[in-house]
Amino acid sequence: MGAFDFLMQGLVTAADPMMLFYALIGVTLGTAVGVLPGIGPALTVALLLPVTYRLDPAGSLIMFAGIYYGGMYGGSTTSILLNTPGESASIITALEGNKMARRGRGGPALATAAIGSFIAGLIATLLLAFLAPSIVKVALVFGPREYFALMVLAFVTVSAAFGDSALRGLTSLFLGLALACIGIDQLSGQARLAFGVPELLDGVEVTTLAVAMFAIGEALAIAGQGKVGREEVLAVKGSVWMTKTDWKRSWKPWLRGTAIGFPIGAMPAGGAEIGTFLSYATEKKLTKHPEEFGQGAIEGVAGPEAANNASAAGTLVPLLTLGLPTSATAAIMLAGFQQFGLQPGPLLFATNPTLVWGLIASLLIANAMLLVLNLPLIGLWVKLLTIPRPWLYAGILLFATLGTIGANPSTFELGMLLGFGVLGYVMRLFGYPIAPIVVGLILGPMAEQQLRRALAISQGDWTVLVQSPIAAVLLGIAALALIVPLILRLRGKGAVLSQLAGDED
Amino acid sequence: MTGKFFEPQRRLDRAALVIAFGLAVVAGVMLWDSARLADLGGYSGVGPASVPRVVAAVLLLLAVWTGIAAFRGDFPARPRQDPGPVLWIVAGLALQLLLLHVAGFSIATGILFALTARAFGKRNLALTLPVGIALSFVVWVVFSQLLMLHLPAGPLELLFFQKG
Repeated sequence: MGAFDFLMQGLVTAADPMMLFYALIGVTLGTAVGVLPGIGPALTVALLLPVTYRLDPAGSLIMFAGIYYGGMYGGSTTSILLNTPGESASIITALEGNKMARRGRGGPALATAAIGSFIAGLIATLLLAFLAPSIVKVALVFGPREYFALMVLAFVTVSAAFGDSALRGLTSLFLGLALACIGIDQLSGQARLAFGVPELLDGVEVTTLAVAMFAIGEALAIAGQGKVGREEVLAVKGSVWMTKTDWKRSWKPWLRGTAIGFPIGAMPAGGAEIGTFLSYATEKKLTKHPEEFGQGAIEGVAGPEAANNASAAGTLVPLLTLGLPTSATAAIMLAGFQQFGLQPGPLLFATNPTLVWGLIASLLIANAMLLVLNLPLIGLWVKLLTIPRPWLYAGILLFATLGTIGANPSTFELGMLLGFGVLGYVMRLFGYPIAPIVVGLILGPMAEQQLRRALAISQGDWTVLVQSPIAAVLLGIAALALIVPLILRLRGKGAVLSQLAGDED
Repeated sequence: MTGKFFEPQRRLDRAALVIAFGLAVVAGVMLWDSARLADLGGYSGVGPASVPRVVAAVLLLLAVWTGIAAFRGDFPARPRQDPGPVLWIVAGLALQLLLLHVAGFSIATGILFALTARAFGKRNLALTLPVGIALSFVVWVVFSQLLMLHLPAGPLELLFFQKG
């Protein structure tokens, strides 16, 4: 059977009323958290993990994917109307989108963002469906050393390749790897770094760390800034419909944004925002109206918004086919799979095709739902922006602790939540990126296991790691990704890299 | 509530030096812990102690690098912080942790809710505390009764649901 038949079967699974309901909850929640500044899809999925523990695995995963897609849609609303990005992948949208809203063209800006997101989501999800089977075929021959090389590459790109400092990226990553060592060693059964505390034998929960870093650290950092004047929400004036010229000027940026965003998302580069930066730069170069850039050019909204949705779908390619998360949200989704005893990767396509293809097909449905949620119902989401900050953050902390208490109602777990929350606050304060520590905790044990397996097979011969061509190439790219940015920064060209900082979503 | 948490940027960055020291301590603890593990490398020559040792070694290197950055003042300028609100939230979390099993989910979380709202400028505890407890109670009912999550019950919850 080809990908097309599998996709059709998946659509049958996803059209089940219960699954449609899960998808609807997911996209609604996703849009809401995308709209609200300060919480993103990574945090939301982390909060929901303990809550979904007893629910249906397929439904829960469909809901998580809906949250990811919805977050990408919702972020644009906040960027355009408030000039504060709702999540990090919408920073660029604020540049042109908010200017458009100030000139009374908020409606068309929202429309081009929503329709562009829809088209990009549609194309990218189909690409995901048709690419996945061939990547799975390649991945089936992957042994421990190839997986180890892949994870090293992910470590380097997430921590050191982008962002403004390799030192702080690597420090964050290695703190994550140190946390990953805590608990019972998977191969020898010995307790490491547990100090006789029974709660530590199972290791540090990914959800505890993620919730502490993203919710509590963020709340502390915002509270610490003290009084910041509220920015006004711009009302949507005039028609939300785009004129003929708007359509003419938007469709090419949508397609280019998709073409840029999808591969960037699929590469282990740590987030959707990089694609949006590249798309914006491309549109600025190619536009016939260069004078409008900076004043509210519609191309500057259409391209990046398409790019961030395409990269969300792109992120799912390595996650589903290789079990490799390339962004913080994908890392938490991986924890979601593991919670149900599922390990994403080539084998999952063979052992549980209904679930995988149902998930992919449900993304197409979620995408259509999002278009409806975001165009006619836009007024509803704008209201969310008027919630006063004290209530909003008090509510966020309530739900953040609810997730941890629900998973494990122990004082020790809450203590870790508080401790990591303070750590997250200090890291934010000193400019340490958050994504590497989370990715380190999740991928660390997997990388260690693959390394030790590879070396056990070779009886301790380290050269085996570079003897397979795939592993050698991957390790080579990882070395380049570590060294080239270091040289660029030394030669004073670091500004571009810090612009490309991959942080949260 | 407008104390200065951090002095303006200086040549020698003391806070960054503290971070460097902290990293070195983490590395030291890892090395100490790995020393007592029986390193059964087996065929691979890589046992349970190997990876923690490598991570600790890199952390030591990063500590030195951070130290150098601290002396050169390489760290980016930090936003001025207001310690008051931060401490309110930390106090809220600490109180919730201490009271959770004594007072139950609703009261403990309601206190966290009220203190967080206070940190963000809603100072009237007579309003925020009842709102927080009521909201937490609704959350407790939904999640413990409908979604079967195990949330600690206290006097308030037992008043309405006899066996929690």
